[in-house]
Amino acid sequence: MSLKKWQDLIPGGYITEAGNSKNYETGSWRTFKPIFHAEKCIHCLFCWVYCPDDAVIVKDGKMQGFDYDHCKGCGICAYECPDKAKAIEMVLEHQN
Amino acid sequence: MSKVVALTGNEAAAEALRQINPDVIAAYPITPQTELMHKYAEFVANGKVDTEMILVESEHSAMSATIGASAAGARAMTATSSQGLALMWEVVNIAASLRLPIVMPVINRAISGPINIHCDHSDTMGCRDTGWIQLFSEDSQEVYDNCCMAVRIAEHPDVLTPVMVNFDGFIISHTMERLEILEDNEVKNFVGTYDPKYYLLNTKNPVSIGPLDLQDYYFEHRRSQEYGLQNSVKVISDVAKKYAVLSGRNYGFIEKFMMDDAEVAIICLGSTAGTVKSTVKKLREMGKKVGLIKIRVYRPFPNEELIEALKNVKAVAVFDRSYGFGNVGGPLFIEVRAGLFGAGISPKDILVSSYIYGLGGRDITERHIAGVYYDLFDNIKAGKVKKMQNYINLRGEDSPEIIYNVDTSLVSKS
Repeated sequence: MSLKKWQDLIPGGYITEAGNSKNYETGSWRTFKPIFHAEKCIHCLFCWVYCPDDAVIVKDGKMQGFDYDHCKGCGICAYECPDKAKAIEMVLEHQN
Repeated sequence: MSKVVALTGNEAAAEALRQINPDVIAAYPITPQTELMHKYAEFVANGKVDTEMILVESEHSAMSATIGASAAGARAMTATSSQGLALMWEVVNIAASLRLPIVMPVINRAISGPINIHCDHSDTMGCRDTGWIQLFSEDSQEVYDNCCMAVRIAEHPDVLTPVMVNFDGFIISHTMERLEILEDNEVKNFVGTYDPKYYLLNTKNPVSIGPLDLQDYYFEHRRSQEYGLQNSVKVISDVAKKYAVLSGRNYGFIEKFMMDDAEVAIICLGSTAGTVKSTVKKLREMGKKVGLIKIRVYRPFPNEELIEALKNVKAVAVFDRSYGFGNVGGPLFIEVRAGLFGAGISPKDILVSSYIYGLGGRDITERHIAGVYYDLFDNIKAGKVKKMQNYINLRGEDSPEIIYNVDTSLVSKS
């Protein structure tokens, strides 16, 4: 997203475009990164339910992986992933 | 058609607000503002206005509710004093950054501590950098007029900046004075209707107001906030011209009183200007070339007008009714000296000195003001500022004071 000059902004910083937070890439904030191990996944979709940033990608009812442009690395998905699966692993961002 | 009435400053503000008839007023009582909202609550109870009045539990809530109402698309107002303004300071900043055209009479009272209910400007000076436009009123007439004009200034699409209408606690707020007020429909037509471009209750074009703004945009938004204040310069003057047509009363950024041939001048804010004017008249009768510059618009600060007004003056005293702890002079002194320096005027060309006065409602009289003018003439004679930081009517410091008799021109230092 190209950044605007102050002259081009709406006074008061109002947001007039619905859903534009998808243009704001918060992935760079991450310290820990979730790694998805597809072979362990039971597709319960708890991760998808709990993700506060809508960063879990699901297709046809199956967990696909993460939207790393928006995942802030909070680790809730890994925590909620059931004990019998443990398909999500949190690793330090710079180690991966 | 205007009519002549006798009102206190608070009643004059309440009368202006009644005629403006805002959609929402959220207020919490604090001395000396209480009487204003007391009066307004009476208008609401008697069905004289259509305002939804919200009685909140603190000033922080008063400003928050006012912001909420304004963001929703309503014309919203509040009023406060001293500790109330201090408590709402957090949200006072947010009102300006959200560019909400709120109008707030601030009835100036000393900031604690020690606790004190009387006039000084330390409350509003603490809000100097909040991004609000700050108007000062000398008397009830100006309170009324500034309230009427403030609405149009704040709501102008190029400005969209909240306005504080300041007037001195008790000295103006509780003093009955003669003033002229406009007809209800004249004020109604003058302020018009508030027609915001973006507002929360617009379901056809929904907006988000007040989102998180980080390293990438915060700075740009602050800069655009400054743009509103820059634009207000023209708007304040245009609104004053239109108001003059309606009322016959002219308002500039500053008011010059007997400045045409003045050798020395006092610069001040608020009700003290009246006392200075009366002193100036008496000293003029004695042949002293003295003058006054009253600042009506403190934010945006009228540097150019001030420099122009001071160009033939040899010595000037800047009056501050608030402290600037840890440096020489109060806020107004610092502004004036910075303005002169910025205009390339050296401290030798105009001898500027600071006078702090009137804190916590301490009296200032013509004798003190005459004493200041004599100090200024002494400075000219000495070719330098003999004392930079002065205090008026403060025990433990040499206070300028002259006992003079206009009839016999007898003058003596007390």
